Amino acid sequence: MKVQVHVTLKPGVLDPQGKAIHHALEGLGFAGVEDVRAGRFIELDVADDVTDADLDAMCAKLLANTVIENYRITRA
Amino acid sequence: MKTAVIVFPGSNCDRDMAVALETVTGRAPAMVWHRESELPAGTDFIALPGGFSYGDYLRSGAMAARSPILRAVAEAAGRGVPVLGVCNGFQVLTEAQLLPGALMRNAGLNFVCRSVRLTVENSQSLFTAGYRAGETITIPVAHHDGNYFADDATLDRLEGEGRVAFRYADAVNGSARRIAGVLNDAGNVLGMMPHPERAIDPAHGGTDGLRLFEAALGVLA
Repeated sequence: MKVQVHVTLKPGVLDPQGKAIHHALEGLGFAGVEDVRAGRFIELDVADDVTDADLDAMCAKLLANTVIENYRITRA
Repeated sequence: MKTAVIVFPGSNCDRDMAVALETVTGRAPAMVWHRESELPAGTDFIALPGGFSYGDYLRSGAMAARSPILRAVAEAAGRGVPVLGVCNGFQVLTEAQLLPGALMRNAGLNFVCRSVRLTVENSQSLFTAGYRAGETITIPVAHHDGNYFADDATLDRLEGEGRVAFRYADAVNGSARRIAGVLNDAGNVLGMMPHPERAIDPAHGGTDGLRLFEAALGVLA
């Protein structure tokens, strides 16, 4: 089973990469972009008996750094 | 004094660290590979060197912090063994939650590689007892992810408890409150982005890093 994990910076944590992407988009002439936040997308292929609690522990222990990041788990 | 340098795939300051430790103690450190699960018996100082452990995969220091040897390092730190993490070693210590906060991409997005001035904020710790509080020292930095972040409550607590060991005299990488190095609550774990091991010989251009090793290794005159 495919599981998708989106890791995003917490609100309020400065995102220099997002800012650079934002500037680059403006440099390419794209108007109307108000903010850019960069994150990380991880896809796992897991056995059917892997529980939601297991997935949550994987995110909390490794996939996200919960000091600065939030994560969202979606079973495909 | 039995010292150990932890070596990860991608460490690149491990030999500089070994030279610094041997210069000060007169004895070569044990070089301990990340797959080991134990430190050499009687290890009484541990250094986590700079570099790009595991290619900085996932996040700088993230993989190294989950490697087998880190359990032994955490256990030793809990017993009060001094642990020094420099640059990537600092990132590993935060990822391993032996130090609070996180090190994010530099605010200017550039890799910063130059000597910087640091203010010694706490001269009472076992690592900084060779300095005077408020003294300005010059130590090189070389990093891409040195932008220290912690929430305001954590920063206030670190400041209040004297756990900010070093502060950049000038803004370098966007670090919260210009923090360059922090101590754990017991004071036996120090993480810092600047490289004291690159400032121990006049040929390095400066020797301000030497006193950190002399103090931490208990050989201050």
